[in-house]
Amino acid sequence: MEIHRYEKIWLAGALLLIVGFIATVSYGAVGAGIEMINDEGGQVDSAALDEHPKFSEPGTYKTGPNEYDVYVIAKQFLYEPGTSEPIRVPANSRVTFHVTSADVIHGYEIVGTNANTMAVPGQVSTMTVEFNEPRKYGLLCNEYCGSAHHAMEGSIQVVPQSEWNETMVVN
Amino acid sequence: MATFVDRYPEEAKVVQATLVVSFISLGIGAFFGLIQTLHRTNVLRVIDSVDYYTVLTGHGVLLALWFTIFFLVGLFTWAIVKGFDRPVPDIRLTWAWVGLMTTGAVLATIAILSGFVPEIPMSADVLYTFYAPLQAHPVFYIGTAMFIVGTWIAGADWFLAYRGWRQENPDERIPLQAFMVLTTMIMWFVSTLGVAVSVVVFLIPWSLGIIDTVNPLLTRTLFWYFGHPVVYFWLMPAYLLWYTVLPKLAGGRLFSDPLARVVFVLFVLLSTPVGIHHQYLDPGIAEGFKFIAMTNTMFLLLPSLLTAFTVVASVEHGARQRGGEGYLRWLGALPWRDPAFAGMALAGLMFAAGGFSGMINAGMNINYLVHNTLWVPGHFHMTVGTAVALTMMAGTYWLLPQLTGKPVYSRPIGLLQVITWFVGMVFMSNAMHRGGLLGIPRRTAEPQYQNFDFVAAVGSISEIRMQIALGGVLLFVSVVIFLFNVAATWADDRVDTPVDDTIPEPLSSSSGAPLVLDNLALWTGIAVVLVILAYTLPLAGIISDAGLFGGSRGFSVAFSLEWLVDATVAAVTNVSLDSLAGVAPVDAVVDSLQEVSR
Repeated sequence: MEIHRYEKIWLAGALLLIVGFIATVSYGAVGAGIEMINDEGGQVDSAALDEHPKFSEPGTYKTGPNEYDVYVIAKQFLYEPGTSEPIRVPANSRVTFHVTSADVIHGYEIVGTNANTMAVPGQVSTMTVEFNEPRKYGLLCNEYCGSAHHAMEGSIQVVPQSEWNETMVVN
Repeated sequence: MATFVDRYPEEAKVVQATLVVSFISLGIGAFFGLIQTLHRTNVLRVIDSVDYYTVLTGHGVLLALWFTIFFLVGLFTWAIVKGFDRPVPDIRLTWAWVGLMTTGAVLATIAILSGFVPEIPMSADVLYTFYAPLQAHPVFYIGTAMFIVGTWIAGADWFLAYRGWRQENPDERIPLQAFMVLTTMIMWFVSTLGVAVSVVVFLIPWSLGIIDTVNPLLTRTLFWYFGHPVVYFWLMPAYLLWYTVLPKLAGGRLFSDPLARVVFVLFVLLSTPVGIHHQYLDPGIAEGFKFIAMTNTMFLLLPSLLTAFTVVASVEHGARQRGGEGYLRWLGALPWRDPAFAGMALAGLMFAAGGFSGMINAGMNINYLVHNTLWVPGHFHMTVGTAVALTMMAGTYWLLPQLTGKPVYSRPIGLLQVITWFVGMVFMSNAMHRGGLLGIPRRTAEPQYQNFDFVAAVGSISEIRMQIALGGVLLFVSVVIFLFNVAATWADDRVDTPVDDTIPEPLSSSSGAPLVLDNLALWTGIAVVLVILAYTLPLAGIISDAGLFGGSRGFSVAFSLEWLVDATVAAVTNVSLDSLAGVAPVDAVVDSLQEVSR
């Protein structure tokens, strides 16, 4: 097959671009440590979350020095916790969110950040996030979940270490 | 000079019929788009926010499935008949699939539109992705299944035409346009298997109550198994026009036939084993499988980059034939007053921009910033919404005269139409991309929240909204002009030579293409192996984790007043709790209250 010289140059450039993209994404995953949402969260029975050791009492659990687990249930059309009261975590902490859904597929997006996951019934999404400064973050559902989807929101309150106390954790 | 309708009057009727269905869908879908663009930007709200999702489902299904695919089957029938230069094997079979597809589409559309009428106990407000366990009325799933089976019969029809041609021409190369149709249909057969299993094995029995539960991650994964190749199914008709018609309109000929074949073969191989890139944020799928999908996706850039080269080279050749000179001055020698040329060229230009935003989506880690934000519809309104839709509309100005024997009613109006579309999309899509970067979600009636504001780094949120609304209005105006021009063409009188329908031979002809490129069985085999490699383990994992039928019963989208009261109380409590605790800056509270009052 006759391939014109310009075509060959273009082909080589295109392949270089593609390999470059794959390299930067790989660097982001390995070098910069951006982990994907994966299958480590395991499964739950979405119809029996009240029998689950943690999802029966969702909220912030202390797991180590400055390390916390936050269990969140998404359901039509709120987060528990998150909507009727904010999720509370201390500043300068490392927090692993465990997110699931009690009904349909929802989204769980910390607004203005790359902390973003799907909440799928029967599955648990886990993602680890570092909170530094005290401030408030918005939470929103970014997957259509029913007729009041646009009202599904919440917040995360990053509380200063000095104001953090034991009443803010479940365990 | 005899054109298509004179030589193949029966086939021309079929193509005209599919275009009528396509353009009716375009009109309704575009009207829904107008309602949405004004609603979510809070410019004009004529519907309740609860009904927004009925409109959105209609917009997605009517435009992304009916408009594009009914146009595709018409174009492909034309390409097969013209390419092989022989009639379809049996016109009754052809009408059968047109009838089946149309019946399916009408049923599913009725299920969707019934969502507006509370008295009818039927709705399908599940959007075009219909993720379970949100449940639609069985008629929606059954209609969709009929539509897909109709496309399968259409594909069989074209392969029968190929068999008939091959028996009489055992040593000929497959004509290029027919080659493009056949390879696209191979990709379609392989990829629609996923959505067919999802709908027929799980969703229809589940919506009828024959099975109680489904595995939401399984049906979602099966959807995306189909959901990415479908974008190439939309795109391939545009590629067919860019490769075979655009060079001719530019005054030249295709640069390379062999390279065009290579591109279509690459799409057969790589279109399907990439669907998991829509699920980068899904639990229950290991990171390694996402990485494989990402790598395949990046390599899928290759055929599009090759296309950019070949199409631009062909157009430049055309310009030089017309007397164009210089490095860039040849651009001025192109027939910019021809709406068919101008529309396709502008569509190709915007596809380049859409391609770049797609590369960002494909980047596994940066995707976390834009997933399910307004960035995503910003992206696909450039690709399917312009590269595909505008090419189809522009192509109509060249195709319709061949199908009807009537010249286009008005070329200046056609030119105005394609330019209006392009300008409208520049406004809307650019603003959507920017809004997405700020975290504004897609698929929502009212992106106005109580707990937080979106903050624009450049410009302002209201400026972004105005650009989206303005762009959306221009796009709707463009569709109205298009439908007028097409209807007026149809109403015209027939003439002897409505359009120059000859397609010149490529510069590098098919004789230079390796014979293996035409070995369709080989490419089908490799495509199936790649799909098995990419999907066996993720699907096995999803099934072993949560069971084939999972544990999710159906949920309606229903809205209850009781819930509204609870949510309002919760929101008020939330604000006061923050203020009392003294941890929320006062400004933030004031801002959120202002946001509410806006």
